[in-house]
Amino acid sequence: MTLNVVEIPTNVVRHLDLYRQDWDDFVAAQASNGVATNPVNELRNVGWREFERVGFPIHRRGNELWKYTDLRGIDRAEFRSGSPSKTFDRNELAAKIPLPSEWQNLVFVDGRLDRSHSDSVGQQAGVRFDSVSGFADLGKLAQCADNAFVSLNSAFLDDGIFVDVDTGVSASKPIHLVFVTTGLDDGHRAVYPRVAASIGPGAEAMLIETHVSMSDAAHLSAPVIEISLAEDASLKHYRAQLDNENSYHFATTRVKQSSGSNYQSSSFSVGCSIGRNDVFTHLAGEHAVSTLHGVYLTTNRQHQDNEISTTHSAPHCTSDQYYKGILSGRSRAVFSGKITVERGAQKTDASQKDLNLLLSHGAEVDTKPSLEIYADDVKCGHGATAGYVDEDTLFYLQSRGVDYDTAQAMLIRGFAAEIISEFGDDTLREFLENQLDELMPALQIASDTIGTA
Amino acid sequence: MLKIENLHAVVTDSEEEILKGIDLEVSPGEVHAIMGPNGSGKSTLANVLMGKPSYSVTDGDITVDGESIVELMPDARAHLGMFLAMQYPSEVPGVRPWQFLKAAKDAIDNANGQSKMSVRAFSKLFDEKVTETGINPDLIKRSLNEGFSGGEKKRNEMLQMQVLAPRIAIMDETDSGLDIDALQAVADGVNKMRSPDRSFVIVTHYQRLLHYVKPDVVHILVNGKIVETGGAPLAEKIEATGYRDYLTVR
Repeated sequence: MTLNVVEIPTNVVRHLDLYRQDWDDFVAAQASNGVATNPVNELRNVGWREFERVGFPIHRRGNELWKYTDLRGIDRAEFRSGSPSKTFDRNELAAKIPLPSEWQNLVFVDGRLDRSHSDSVGQQAGVRFDSVSGFADLGKLAQCADNAFVSLNSAFLDDGIFVDVDTGVSASKPIHLVFVTTGLDDGHRAVYPRVAASIGPGAEAMLIETHVSMSDAAHLSAPVIEISLAEDASLKHYRAQLDNENSYHFATTRVKQSSGSNYQSSSFSVGCSIGRNDVFTHLAGEHAVSTLHGVYLTTNRQHQDNEISTTHSAPHCTSDQYYKGILSGRSRAVFSGKITVERGAQKTDASQKDLNLLLSHGAEVDTKPSLEIYADDVKCGHGATAGYVDEDTLFYLQSRGVDYDTAQAMLIRGFAAEIISEFGDDTLREFLENQLDELMPALQIASDTIGTA
Repeated sequence: MLKIENLHAVVTDSEEEILKGIDLEVSPGEVHAIMGPNGSGKSTLANVLMGKPSYSVTDGDITVDGESIVELMPDARAHLGMFLAMQYPSEVPGVRPWQFLKAAKDAIDNANGQSKMSVRAFSKLFDEKVTETGINPDLIKRSLNEGFSGGEKKRNEMLQMQVLAPRIAIMDETDSGLDIDALQAVADGVNKMRSPDRSFVIVTHYQRLLHYVKPDVVHILVNGKIVETGGAPLAEKIEATGYRDYLTVR
């Protein structure tokens, strides 16, 4: 088997001048703050140059990474970064998402950590919160090359946040990273939050990422999170993508796992205008375990793209990709799952599954499994399905007295429950169950696959 | 209570006629058995009574207490006190039996102008019926029917029937594929529920279940029509001679 090397056509960013102006202003502001010698300066330059070079991937022909996701709308829009245009108080935020005192809540507003909305930090020895410049692998796990969104994020790299958990320490509180986008009245806001996490040998932590909008204004959000798991480290990483329906959300997660480490990721994505959840785990040491699970819910003309990949470089590792989609209206979803097993990675146990429940005839999912296996003693399975709600099952539920809508809602909830039940924090899980219930009318009103009527 | 007149029904997709003029009247407190060879339309009749959308009524009528139910959705029929124990109950991932049955009970009570049962009262009823039907209490904590054996699914149908306590209980081949213990459990459940204001329509191929549940009336259904109606001895005759007499006269 050979790797396909694809020459990606050069893209021209329509409003490049706008982005450049933004970037110049940003760099100048950083310099005037006396942080021009910041060690991340070079990464900013690399990011900008690469963004200028690659542009947004609007040419999809021959570009497997963007085959089913059309970015021309983003290229046409005028997105600008900058300081928050709207203020809000913590109660307004708490009305949208949980901020329990049992969690370490860190709130980013328009991409920048906002200490006034965040809990004070530093209570637990061995759990540190620092600037991302302290992360040894910064820019190495999430590389700018050929990636417009990592490049943009790197070009606009601020302090971000670096979560550093020491050897053997078990972080006592779930670390909740909240990414709030305030929105602009007169244009489109762009935000580029950056996070790094280093979980030390034998250490344990839970990371919760919540992305929300404080208005209905369109925005571009391109968060990047780099995670390094040392030997026998364990991280539960939960993600809720709840940005508004007009937003564009391109999240990049890059994880490097040492031997014996366990990375468990569960994601919950509600349809943005275009949402993309790009996760890559690199199993670099033996006996590492990577679990990448998620559920995505889309309706109307929303688009959700899941780019999920795992590379096995070491023997005896286990990986499990399992995503479920619920699609209504004329929405689209993409599941692109990739498993690479390198030559030395014998005794790999890898599986991949993408199951979709289509609530309307106009909804469509493109599933693209890709397995590249260069070792001969591996177990590797994959499967994908897309189907309508089963008519017999609807009849079964209705025959007991529940009406059509209630029966359909039960089946939708039941379908999502398998993934939602894996979110290992009661408050978070109940919140997501409520989110699903709140979304139910929008899913059902756009549903036209009639079971009984 | 339940009256079927000149009922004709087709498969909705293919328009193939399965029921070719059925007349039947079930009075309160009666147990009727519908027997017949494979492909005679027994299961279709059971499903048509409950309003399964894959069948369409083309002629005739079904009434409950004098009101036609042909145009009613399955849930509306349940609200009138009808219940169908299915031959092949669906597996429903992520839906818990308790929650489902509570929602069903609430919907029926609500439609009949009754107040919701409290969680505590319902749980008591549920637990009681779980014990009575001999269903594995651990199993019932899982998703509805998911991973249940054939016998466990049938017991679960009996659990639902006992909790919802319908006035007209239709059982579609509930006895097929059951071992003797499960069959006995189903029969006990039915016998316990027999009452002057509750009727049963038991669809079955074999006479097995009818050893334990004595029917008041037995109908022989062949090729979409009832060809003979009699008392309990008719079922015994079928056991001795099979259906061949009816098939040859056709």
